[in-house]
Amino acid sequence: MTNINDPSDASSADKMPAEEAELQEATAAATPGSPASAWAPEGPDGGRGRSLGQQFLYNLWAANTVTVTVLAIVLALLIGAVLIIVSDEDVLATFGYVFARPGDALSESWLVVSDAYANLFKGAVFDPSAVGAWIRGEGSWRTVFGPISETLTYTTPLVFTGLSVALAFRGGLFNIGAQGQAIIGVVLTGLVGFLLPLPPVIHLLVALLAGALGGGLWGFIPGFLKARTGAHEVINTIMLNYVAIYFLSWLIIQRGVQNPNRTDAISKPVDSSAQLPRLLGSDLRVHAGILLAVAATWAVAWLLNRSTFGFELRAVGGNPDAARTAGISVTGTYIGVMAVAGALAGLGGANMVIGSTANALTPLVAAQIGFDGILVALLGRVRPWGVALAALLFGALRAGGNTMQSVSGISLELVTVLQALIVIFIAAPALVKAIFQLRAARAARLQTSMAKGW
Amino acid sequence: MANDHIDLVVEPGEIHALLGENGAGKSTLMNVLYGLLQPDEGEILIDGRPLQIRSPRDAIAAGIGMVHQHFMLVPVFTVAENVMLGAEKVRGGVAGFLDHRRARKEVADVSTRYGLRVDPDAVVEDLPVGIQQRVEIVKALTREVDLLILDEPTAVLTPQETEELLLVMRSLKAAGKSIVFITHKLGEVKAIADRITVIRRGRTVGTADPTASRDELAALMVGRSVILTVEKGPASPGEPVLDIAGLVVDDDRDVRVVDGVDLTVRAGEVLGVAGVQGNGQTELVEAIMGLRPIIDGTVSLGGQRINGWPTKRVLHAGVGYVPEDRSVDGLVKEFSVAENLVLDIYDRPPFGKGLALNPDAISEAARARIAQFDVRTSSADALVSTLSGGNQQKVIVAREMSRPLKLFIAAQPTRGVDVGSIEFIHRRIVHERDIGTAVLLVSSELDEVIGLADRIAVMYRGRILAIVNPDTPREEIGLLMAGITAAEATGAAAGDTGTGELA
Amino acid sequence: MTVDEVAARPAARGFWTRGRKAGAVLLPIGLLGAAVFGALATDQPARLTLSEDAGGAALAVPGTLGAILFGLLAAAAGGVLLSGAVERWFTWLLGVGVVGFVLSFLCWQISDAPAGQNFMPMVNMVRGTFLLALPLIFGALAGVLCERSGVVNVAIEGQLLMGAFAGALVGTITASVWAGLAAAAVGGAFISLLLAVFAIRYLVDQVVIGIVLNLFAVGLTGFLYERLMQTDQQAYNQPPHFGAWRIPLLSDIPVIGPAIFRGSIFLYLALILVVVIQVGLFRTRWGLRTRSVGEHPTAADTLGVRVLGLRYRNVLLAGAVAGIGGASYTLLLYSFTKNMIGGKGFIALAALIFGRWSPTGALLAALFFGFADQLGAYLGAINSIIPSQFLAMLPYLATILAVAGLVGKVRAPAADGKPYIKG
Repeated sequence: MTNINDPSDASSADKMPAEEAELQEATAAATPGSPASAWAPEGPDGGRGRSLGQQFLYNLWAANTVTVTVLAIVLALLIGAVLIIVSDEDVLATFGYVFARPGDALSESWLVVSDAYANLFKGAVFDPSAVGAWIRGEGSWRTVFGPISETLTYTTPLVFTGLSVALAFRGGLFNIGAQGQAIIGVVLTGLVGFLLPLPPVIHLLVALLAGALGGGLWGFIPGFLKARTGAHEVINTIMLNYVAIYFLSWLIIQRGVQNPNRTDAISKPVDSSAQLPRLLGSDLRVHAGILLAVAATWAVAWLLNRSTFGFELRAVGGNPDAARTAGISVTGTYIGVMAVAGALAGLGGANMVIGSTANALTPLVAAQIGFDGILVALLGRVRPWGVALAALLFGALRAGGNTMQSVSGISLELVTVLQALIVIFIAAPALVKAIFQLRAARAARLQTSMAKGW
Repeated sequence: MANDHIDLVVEPGEIHALLGENGAGKSTLMNVLYGLLQPDEGEILIDGRPLQIRSPRDAIAAGIGMVHQHFMLVPVFTVAENVMLGAEKVRGGVAGFLDHRRARKEVADVSTRYGLRVDPDAVVEDLPVGIQQRVEIVKALTREVDLLILDEPTAVLTPQETEELLLVMRSLKAAGKSIVFITHKLGEVKAIADRITVIRRGRTVGTADPTASRDELAALMVGRSVILTVEKGPASPGEPVLDIAGLVVDDDRDVRVVDGVDLTVRAGEVLGVAGVQGNGQTELVEAIMGLRPIIDGTVSLGGQRINGWPTKRVLHAGVGYVPEDRSVDGLVKEFSVAENLVLDIYDRPPFGKGLALNPDAISEAARARIAQFDVRTSSADALVSTLSGGNQQKVIVAREMSRPLKLFIAAQPTRGVDVGSIEFIHRRIVHERDIGTAVLLVSSELDEVIGLADRIAVMYRGRILAIVNPDTPREEIGLLMAGITAAEATGAAAGDTGTGELA
Repeated sequence: MTVDEVAARPAARGFWTRGRKAGAVLLPIGLLGAAVFGALATDQPARLTLSEDAGGAALAVPGTLGAILFGLLAAAAGGVLLSGAVERWFTWLLGVGVVGFVLSFLCWQISDAPAGQNFMPMVNMVRGTFLLALPLIFGALAGVLCERSGVVNVAIEGQLLMGAFAGALVGTITASVWAGLAAAAVGGAFISLLLAVFAIRYLVDQVVIGIVLNLFAVGLTGFLYERLMQTDQQAYNQPPHFGAWRIPLLSDIPVIGPAIFRGSIFLYLALILVVVIQVGLFRTRWGLRTRSVGEHPTAADTLGVRVLGLRYRNVLLAGAVAGIGGASYTLLLYSFTKNMIGGKGFIALAALIFGRWSPTGALLAALFFGFADQLGAYLGAINSIIPSQFLAMLPYLATILAVAGLVGKVRAPAADGKPYIKG
C-alpha cells in the first residue's frame, strides 16, 4: 500500500553530531554558552590553502563578525537617516513636490542628514577645524582632545556594566539587573563619598569597594534565589531593578543624605578625596575610571579563560547537567557568577558619582548604564575585549549625540535608536546577510543569542 | 546521510517490522514518511499513487499515523484534549467552542473497539508511560489511519506492557490496519511481524520472514554473525568496594523508584545491573554519585559511608562515572575535546592550582588521552560536538579512566555507539576490572550485561529481584526482568514461551 | 519557568507544603501587625466611606480595636494554614490573611491621619485602583497571549509606549479618538511584529530582543516626540479623549457603580478582553491550539497545527492589545510625554507571572498592584509616615516572592521562550 523509495540525507540529531553542531548554530537553539563558539576557530569552510590576502577577503565577505558589525552600523545609520528626514518639517515640505523637483528633496535630505552625522563624528572623535586651529597655533590641544575625552568618559561605566552582563551570559544567566546593581553600587559609593571622612587615596578605594559590594549584594540576591528556589534570574533581576530605583529615590530625600541647601531630590556632594582623578587636566572630563575599566576587562578575560572559576562558569553555562555530573557545584557557580557580575555593575555605578559625570546622587544618577550594558555585551559578543570595544562605540555615539543635539538640533534620542538597531541587526546576522547578499559561510555562527525559556 | 536509497513496501493489513540497530536510520525513514523531514530523492506511493508529504498534515490526510519514540503528548492536557488537538470537535461557528462531550465519546468509542482502556479526563502527565503510549495510539486511531507507524514502542515498556501492546497490534491488524513496527529487538519481531525489512547504515540490507532464526536476523542487522562476545578471563574478586544497604531514592516527581536496594561490588569484578529501562537503575546510580538525595539506607565506598557527599568528593574519592546520556550529562558541547577531558579534574594539579588554570598541562594531557583511547578528532582543540557519537563516548570513558579508580560506574556505556567503539569500550572496562577496580555496569541491553558481567543483579520496580550468574539462561533472566522470580517461573513458564525472548 | 532541573529542586517537600509555608509567614506578621499597628493606632474611628468624600454611609471601626482584630484575623488565617488541616481552602485562607493584614494596617493609618481626615473614600480607592491597573491589565493580557503560545514577551513596555505614542499622534492629526485607538493598536502591533519576526524567523533569543525593542521604542518615540510633538504640540500632540460611559442600572450599585460603571471605554474593554481571552484560551479550538503550541510545539506540529503561523498571529494580537492599553494614557487623560509608561510594562510582566499566565489571574494581580499604587497616593495625601516608595516596591517584591515559590508554585508554559525548529 505504501511504497517508499527515498534517499534522504536528513540528519538525525544524535546520530550525526557534526551536522548537529551545524544545526545548533544555524538555529541558534544554542545554550547560553554558545556565544563562545561564535569565536571558535574558522571551520573547515574557512578557505584553506589560500593566500593570506585571499583569506582576509574571504572572511571579510563571508559574513564574519567584523563585517556583520560594520554592516549593522551602516544599516542603523541608514534607518536613522530616514528618521531624521521624516521628522524634519522643512525637508518633508520639499517632498510635497518631489515629483516636480526631486532635486530639492534629495539635496535637502542630504543636507540635514550629513550635517547631523558630521556633528555626531565631531563630537565623538575629533573636529577637523579644531585640529586645524591647533596646528596653526590658534587653538589648544584640549579642544582637539575634547571629543575623545567625552567619548572615554561615557565609555567607562558601560565597560563595567557590559562586562557584568557578558560574564553572567557566559555562565548561562541573563543579567538584566545590571541597572539595579549599578544603582545600589552608586548609592553605597555616594554614601561613603560624603558620609565617611577618610584620607584621600583610602577614601577613593573604600568608595569603589563599597560600590562593588553594593552591586555584588544586588547580584547575589537573584543568584541565590535561582540556586535555592529555581526562581528565574530574568524575572528577579527585572524586579530588583525597580526596587533599587525606588530605594534610591527614597534615600536621597532622607535627612543626612539630602543636600541641605536644596529642595529637590539630590544628595550632598561627594568629597573630593573620593573622586577619581582626571587624566588630562580639569578642563577635560576623562578620568582614571577608564584605566580601571581596561584593568577590569583584562581581569574578566583572565577570569573567564584562565581560571578554575571561569572554567566552572563556562561549563555551567554550556551544560549545567554535565557540569553537575562532573562535580561542579551549579548552584554555587550561579551565586558566584551573579555576585561577581553584580560587583562589576556596581563599579560601573560607582563611576557615575566619583567620576566626572556627576558628584551627587539624584534619581537618575545611574542614567541607563545597566540597560545599555546589555546592548554593549551583545554587541561585544559577550567576550571581554569585544565588550570593551562595543562600550567605546556606544560611548562615542553618546558623546557625539550631545554635539549633534546642541549643534544640529537632532534629538539625542536618535542615539538610543541607533544603539538598539545596531544590536537588533547584530542579533540577527541572517537578516544582515540577506540584505547585503553575503556569502552563506558562517553567518549562522554569529549568533549571540541563547535560547532558553523562563 | 541517514537514509541512502531505501525501498520499503507495506501491504494492507500486515505488520511490517523495520529492524535495525540503534542509529541505523529507521526513525529518519519514518519521519520522512510522516512529513517531518523531506526526502532529497525518491518518492512515496500510497495505494499506488505518488504523494508529496510535506507536513504531518499531509500524512494524516493520507491516512498515516505515527506513535513517536518520544511521545507527542502535551503533558498538561487531558487525554481527551490531546486526542482532539488538531482535529477538534467544535460548536458555535467561528468562535469554535470545544465540544468536550463528543471528544470524550470518541475516545471511549475507540477505546472499546480496540480494547485500549484510557480515561478521557485524566491529565496525561499523571499517567504511567504504558498508558501514555495507549493515548498516542488512540490519538492516531481517531484520525482514521490506515497505516500506523510505531517507533520503538517497546523501549520503555515492561514485558507485560509489551505483551498488551502486541495484543493491541493484533487487533488492529484484524481490523485491516497496516502497521510499521520499528524496533531493534529480535524477539518481538519474531513474535508479531508478518514481514521484516532490515536496515543497516541507512540502507535496506534485506527482507526476511519471521520464521528466520534469531542468528540470521542478527547477522543481517549488524552485518556480521558475531554479535557480542567479550573476551575476558575469569574474575578474581577481592574486598568489597561499594556497599549499598537498604537504599531508598525518589525520582524528580517524588515517586519512590529505588525501594530498599542491597548491593555489594567487589574489587576486580564487574557487577551488571540488568532490567527494563525505568526500573530505578538511573536513580540508583545518581544516588551513589551524590546527584540525588538518599531518602534512606547507606552507601559506603571502601568501608567509608559516603551518604550526602557532594559529587565532587565522590569523584575525588576514586569513583569514575560514565553517565547514561552523554549529551545531557556527560559533555559540554561548547567545550573543546581537551576541556571535556578535564571536566571533573580541572581544579586539581597539574591542571589547576588555586584559582589559576594551566592550559598547557590540559592540552598536553588531552593529546595523550586522545592517542591512548583512539579518539578520532581533528585536534584536541576541536569542539567535542564535532565528534561522532562513539568518539564522544570515548572522550568520557578516557576522562573517567584517566585517574586511579576504586570504583568505575558505567551506565549504558555503549548506547548509540558504533560497533568498533563498543568493542573498544568493552575492552577498556574489562581491563579496568583486571587491574582491580570494582565495576558497576548498568545496561538495558541484556546481551551487554551477559557479555561483560561476572555477576548480574536484576532490578525490577526499584528492587533487586535476584543476583544470578551470567551463564544463567537468558529466558530466566528475562523473566526476572519482568518481575517473575524463579519460583513463580516454574509454574508460569510452561504456558508462556514468548516472554523470555522479548527481553 | 523552565528552570534548569539542577537548580530547581523544590525546597519544600513533605511537611512544608505551600499552605504551611504561607501560614508560617502569615501567622507572625499577623501577630506583629496586631501588636504594632494596634499600638500605633489612635482611638479615632477609622471610617471607610462609601462615597468620594467624608460624607455618606461608612463602615467605622475604632482604630486600635480594628488594627488588633484584623491583625489577629490574619494571624488566625495563618494559623489554620500552618496547621495544614484544610489545604483545599489555601486560596481563600491566604486571601483572608492578606486582606486582614491590609485592613489592620489601614485601621492604624486612617485613625492616625490628621484630624478630620480619618476616613478613606472607597469610591475613590476603587476607581483609582482600576485606573492605575488599566495599563497593567492590557499589558499582562498581551503577555498571556504571547507566552501561552510560547513567545516570551518582555517588550510589553515598548508595546504600551508605542501604542500611547501612535494613539496621541494619529488621534491629534485626525482629531478622532477612534482613529487614535486603531493607530494605537497598530503601533503596539508594530513592536510585536518586530518581536515576532526576530524571535520566530531569525531565532533571536526572545528576552534579548524584547529588552532591545523596549529601548528601541523609548528611543523612537522619544526622538519623534522631541522632533515633532515638542516643536508643534497643536498639530501633533493634543489628542482627543474618550469620555466616561455610564452603564445603566449597574452604575447605581453603591461604591462599585460609581467607581467602575461610570468608567471609560478602556475599562470596559479591559474587562471584556479578560473574559474573552479566558474563555478563548480554555474553551475554544484557538485556545487549545495556542496552549499546545506553548507547551509542546512538536506535538502540535505532528497533529497538523501550524505552529509558527499561530505564534505570529498571537504575538501580533498581543501587540494590538498592549497598544490599546498604551492609548489608555493618551486617549483618556494626558497627552504624550517622553517615556511616559515609566516601567508599567514591567509591572504588567510581574502581573502576568503573579497571575500565573492566566487572564483572570493577571487581572487580579493587576488590581492588587493598582491598589498598592493607589494606596501610596492615599497615604501621601494623609501625610502618612509610610514612604510611598516602599509601597511602589510592593509589586516587584511580591513577584520575587511568588517566583521563589513562597506563594505557591508558578509554572510557565513549557515551551515559553523556546524557538520552534522543524524536524
